[in-house]
Amino acid sequence: MTISTGNSANNQYGESMKPTGRSSDQGPTAEEYMLPSAQPVQLVDPSGEHIHNDRYPLPDGEALLSAYEKLVVGRRINDQANALVRQGRMAVYPSSHGQEACQVAAAVVLEKDDWLFPTYRDTVAVITRGVDPLGVLTLLRGDWHSGYDPYEYKTATQATPLATQLLHAVGVAHAAKLRGENTVVLALCGDGATSEGDFHEALNFAAVFHVPVVFLVQNNEYAISVPLKHQTVAPSLAHKAIGYGMPGERVDGNDLAAMLSVLGKAVDRARDGGGPALVEAHTYRMQAHTNADDPSRYRPQSDVDEWVPKDPITRMRTYLGNLNLLTAEEEQRIAGAAEETASTLRDGLNSEPEINPADLFEYVYTEKTSQLREQAALLADELSREGA
Amino acid sequence: MTDTAVRSGSAEKAAGNPRTGLQPLTFAKALNTALADAMEADPSVIIFGEDVGPLGGVFRITDGLTARFGEERCFDTPLAEAGIMGMAVGMAMNGMRPVVEMQFDAFAYPAFEQVVSHVAKMPNRTKGKVKLPLVMRIPYAGGIGGVEHHCDSSESYYAHTPGLTVLAPATVRDAYLMLRDAIRFPDPVVFLEPKKLYWTKETLDLDELRKEADDAATAGSTVGRAVVARSGTDATLIAYGPSVPTALAAAEAAASEGRSLEVIDVRSLVPFDDETVTASVRKTGRAVVIAEAPGFASVAAEIVARVQERCFNSLAAPVRRVTGFDIPYPAPKLEHFFLPSVDRILDTVDELQWEDA
Repeated sequence: MTISTGNSANNQYGESMKPTGRSSDQGPTAEEYMLPSAQPVQLVDPSGEHIHNDRYPLPDGEALLSAYEKLVVGRRINDQANALVRQGRMAVYPSSHGQEACQVAAAVVLEKDDWLFPTYRDTVAVITRGVDPLGVLTLLRGDWHSGYDPYEYKTATQATPLATQLLHAVGVAHAAKLRGENTVVLALCGDGATSEGDFHEALNFAAVFHVPVVFLVQNNEYAISVPLKHQTVAPSLAHKAIGYGMPGERVDGNDLAAMLSVLGKAVDRARDGGGPALVEAHTYRMQAHTNADDPSRYRPQSDVDEWVPKDPITRMRTYLGNLNLLTAEEEQRIAGAAEETASTLRDGLNSEPEINPADLFEYVYTEKTSQLREQAALLADELSREGA
Repeated sequence: MTDTAVRSGSAEKAAGNPRTGLQPLTFAKALNTALADAMEADPSVIIFGEDVGPLGGVFRITDGLTARFGEERCFDTPLAEAGIMGMAVGMAMNGMRPVVEMQFDAFAYPAFEQVVSHVAKMPNRTKGKVKLPLVMRIPYAGGIGGVEHHCDSSESYYAHTPGLTVLAPATVRDAYLMLRDAIRFPDPVVFLEPKKLYWTKETLDLDELRKEADDAATAGSTVGRAVVARSGTDATLIAYGPSVPTALAAAEAAASEGRSLEVIDVRSLVPFDDETVTASVRKTGRAVVIAEAPGFASVAAEIVARVQERCFNSLAAPVRRVTGFDIPYPAPKLEHFFLPSVDRILDTVDELQWEDA
């Protein structure tokens, strides 16, 4: 079967994906195509060396340099947000320190009109997508559940329940397909989410309806305290794709080049009518689940230390430096850009958020029910008496 | 008003051949016609669920829609209720008006997380930026001899969840008008279809009904509006959905005994029409709330509390409830012991501290 089936866009169900009756002279069989590679795809190894891959080309230097800048900014966002939690400026922050390559790639491979469906840990992806950082952190500061307009950046609100947003991604993609729009949807989740029923239903629906969704699982080894081996005994999370009839791929999630290439190919394939795909990024959560978590209770520091040399920033810095693409001057400029983002975050979060109690009743229904009007009046009365 | 339930035969034909003029219409056909008319009026209306395609749904509510509008607008999904609901969220986010069918009340529970965590909250989380104009149709409640998991009255779960609008029609006319309203409503609607009423019939002028539904002045008027289904002076029976015909039958029987009972058809559980209900109870001074669901922590309990708070000075007796028992829905051969009956309603009315008693 061919990888891209542009003429399948009008199929309600995914007939074009069915391998039955296909012979090998029509191209790779479904089984061959769908199986993830034996090892996670890696294009730049931890020492900064390029590793050739027949299927996944290395992005050009300019693309890598541009994405590298976003990686450095992303790291600075994580560090700044952690500091703001310690200062009491935010309720909580689930850090993606160490996972920035996944986050940046997820945002960078999408076109403006594509949709991104992030989780609570994907702050860096949402900011990389162009959303105002303060709007992104509204959720975690605690002044409203979501601080940006999802339509403005085609970026859904960050989901807290696990895997539920994957189905919304399928719905957005299905609607886009029925209307003949050329939209791809990229949906993020973690390793823990793959145990949820909605994960199964989302992948199955996406495959059956043959819609343009790329599922990116950031496998960071732990769901709060529970290690991957207690989530699944499958050979890999990418292998789960086979059961739904879509290709799965494993990629080194700390390798920015590999993330861009593998995700980019899955997005292109979906846009060409090839249907959904599952990408598993192998990465590691270097810090606690959130500031409320104590990782020393469930993993030894030696395990964390093993991942330090695999850091996505240092390896890309070495690679780009070796090619003379990243000069000291350029590195300084990038550091300045990161500092500017951090400064914006600090300024925004150090100012007290504007709270309007009347907002409590504003967005429950398009038109307030008589019950809500009564309750809004009650609160307004209480507040006016407090003020008096 | 309604004829006795008669199972319609093959005469009920596809929505591909819309009928007009004055004619007998079943509750099921009224819903089917409402879906077809809504799809005709708005190309973004899209229907999906389990067996809703070529089969036309297990109750035939979607009969003929795939043939008439194509499988892109009325289609079967894999068997997965969370999937159906979650996909509907995404489709509503992206310009569609999904109307999904949850085959039976108790089969909707796998979708509950999607309903509570996302359908109800998405507009709120996004400060109204993301609207979810979708309808979740649920064939619901008992009285049809269904085996377990096919007869739950699940309205309290939905009514307890802020953000959801919950509607329950009781007449053929309302089945049509309320479903049209639900589909045009800007917020998510849980639309409860009493299964035991599917085969009731009314003779209605379909053209007039369509005109009423299309009239901008009346569009949406069934949401949040209760109606007086029967006028009376001595006591008010407050009912909704499957209990309305029972309440009307009780009022008819009471009339022959010289007692005049008013019957309120609540129609819209959320938003709730306090005005119509309290006006009636202030007039009659006595009230009984009737519902099939177990009474503990139920919509019926809420209505009793609201009436008590608002009408205390007008009441001649405590507000009472006739509901299902606080047990899982019983097996078919036992359900008649469980369901609110005319006799149980009349016995309760008799206990409302009448001076002549």
